[in-house]
Amino acid sequence: MTGSLATRVLGAVALAAVAVMAILALWISPADEVQGDAVRLMYVHVPSIWVAYGSFVLTAFASARVLWRTRSGAGGSQGVIADRQARHWDRVAGAAAELGVIFTALTLMTGSLWGKVTWGAYWQWDARLTTSVLLFVTYLGYLALRRLPAESRSRARRSAVMALIAVVNLPIVHFSVDWWRTLHQEASLELGPGGARNYTGEMYWTLLYSWATFTMVALWIGIHRYRVLRLEELAEEAALEELLAARRAEYENAGPRSTEQESNERAEQVTSR
Amino acid sequence: MLREIWIVCRKDLTIEWRARVTLVQIVPTVLLVLVVFAFAFDANPTLLGAGAGGLFWVAVLFGAVLGSKRSFDIEAEGGNLDALRLGGLAPAAILWGKATALALQSMVVGVFAAAGLLVLFSVTVEDWLLIVAAGLCGTAAFAVCGALYGAMTVGLRSADTLLPLLLIPVAAPVLLAGTRAFDVALGTSADQGWSWTALLAVVLVTYIAVGWLAAGPLLEDA
Amino acid sequence: MALLDRFPALAGVDLSVQAGEMVCLRGPNGAGKSTLLRACAGLVPVRGARAEVLGFDLRADRRSVRRHVGLLGHRAPLYGDLRVDDQVRHCAELHSAAPAEVTAAVERFGIGGRLGAVAIRRLSEGQQRRVALACLTIARPRLWLLDEPHAGLDSSNRDALDDLLADAVTAGATVMFATHEVGRAGAAARQVLLAGGRIEEGSPTPPTIGPNDAA
Repeated sequence: MTGSLATRVLGAVALAAVAVMAILALWISPADEVQGDAVRLMYVHVPSIWVAYGSFVLTAFASARVLWRTRSGAGGSQGVIADRQARHWDRVAGAAAELGVIFTALTLMTGSLWGKVTWGAYWQWDARLTTSVLLFVTYLGYLALRRLPAESRSRARRSAVMALIAVVNLPIVHFSVDWWRTLHQEASLELGPGGARNYTGEMYWTLLYSWATFTMVALWIGIHRYRVLRLEELAEEAALEELLAARRAEYENAGPRSTEQESNERAEQVTSR
Repeated sequence: MLREIWIVCRKDLTIEWRARVTLVQIVPTVLLVLVVFAFAFDANPTLLGAGAGGLFWVAVLFGAVLGSKRSFDIEAEGGNLDALRLGGLAPAAILWGKATALALQSMVVGVFAAAGLLVLFSVTVEDWLLIVAAGLCGTAAFAVCGALYGAMTVGLRSADTLLPLLLIPVAAPVLLAGTRAFDVALGTSADQGWSWTALLAVVLVTYIAVGWLAAGPLLEDA
Repeated sequence: MALLDRFPALAGVDLSVQAGEMVCLRGPNGAGKSTLLRACAGLVPVRGARAEVLGFDLRADRRSVRRHVGLLGHRAPLYGDLRVDDQVRHCAELHSAAPAEVTAAVERFGIGGRLGAVAIRRLSEGQQRRVALACLTIARPRLWLLDEPHAGLDSSNRDALDDLLADAVTAGATVMFATHEVGRAGAAARQVLLAGGRIEEGSPTPPTIGPNDAA
């Protein structure tokens, strides 16, 4: 239903890349001197958060476009075009936010596993972990807001505002949490989740390769998700046509009956008084 | 604009004066939160003293969630928000009127919570000025966030349960900075209390700016 | 067409109303009367149709029309916790009304004196509607939109309401109200029947909404 030649090729390439990535990450790249095999979690953990951040940036960009488009929502053919573009960007924002939440969840899960192995605890109140978990809950809230039934345009506008607030909030959260943890340094976090910057050689290349793979997978899922959202909207529009037809039929039927109905209603009113 | 903000703010404060929901329901709930924390920490004076700053802000945050919920419930009821719109009020005026009233109410809640802290947890204040400055900035920031998200969810079904989920992550930096500043003022930490207060002020200004831009798209219709 | 959530409450309404006209909307429950009134107030987005109220194009700008419109829905838009005089003062501030007009409106609907100090929540439904009507009078709208305005009023207040609407029309305002009561509807110059989100009289051709007020 949602496949096209381009996405089928993209999907095949992405899946092959994942297989190659598994080989690279599990066998070719070396184990870390200190952390041993646990370091291999990095190839999932780090690209995930990159993809997640990328998705959230895309959500913010698309949301800005939604607000920009609905702002000039005048009548006529221009209004129709603006409306169509706003819906397009709204779908992009929705699909990207879902990807972001999934990949943030993946980051948090691999991170806590990695933490268990290297720190001996699933969770540390490290600045980056705390920021990620707040990010995760914020966008869960965003998705919950999107799910509430409402007229599509006002929903698009409302969720766009929320996405932009979330983005403005991100540096504030990051900065305050960072400051909070550095002033109260309890553990040196050179190793483990978040401390994975100073790797070279095969590890470095494997990491870059994993990043490209994850981006491809995300793109593939994202495009399909976008198409599903569009199909949902089309189905909704078809349902609307049906409702309209039913509504008009109501009118046709009501014609001859209306006097009778009204007299009934009058009778009701008399009895209620 | 100022006149329009004043109309909305005065109306909200009159409603509070007549119904006293903040005073009779929210303040007791906030004090109850403090008492419940004492149960959680087994009434251990050392633990409670060390956590007093944080408990204050957690309690006030709960109060702010309840307050913003209430503030927009009265507008959703019977088409009152429509009446404000038909009065020709600018969306920003509605938002800032409600935010101002909410801020004043949150500050009252904060005063009671601080009094509760002094009595129940027997803390001593070393820097009153810091307490007042951080308290004002923090409660105002909660109020602005609360008004923004209240406006975002007004009139939506199942918005009651959604509001805390949306509001608490956004308010987290305020919670954090307020707690650090209070810890310093209460003498339980040797942090830079004024820097944290400055952060609170920055957050407040940021949200005010966000509110200016968001009011139109949020309250124009819906 | 106008959507409520995802339901097409209005499905092609072709209506044109002159300034100073009084229109009575009738029709079975769920015919779209309330939605039509709300759409005219600029509170419900209108889609795929031309819609002009008091010279404002509703598709381009639904906000400008609002301050010239008075809408009284099924439920009175009042704050239950306020006292009657608080509510009246709030309305007066909102519409920058002169004190004399406010006093006149309060007297017209008999909500002054002892009633002024009563919380709106404690009033009966009919009393609440009187407060709402007083607020509407204070607002001096150019277009009056009333949904079942006679419901819950006793006969003397119904007469007061009819007088009020007649006065408004005399002063050049346009009045549109929805009602089930044939007796009351007789007072209006023009009857419009709604069913299934459409107007009964008139051609079911291109969907347009618009009380086209010349003013």
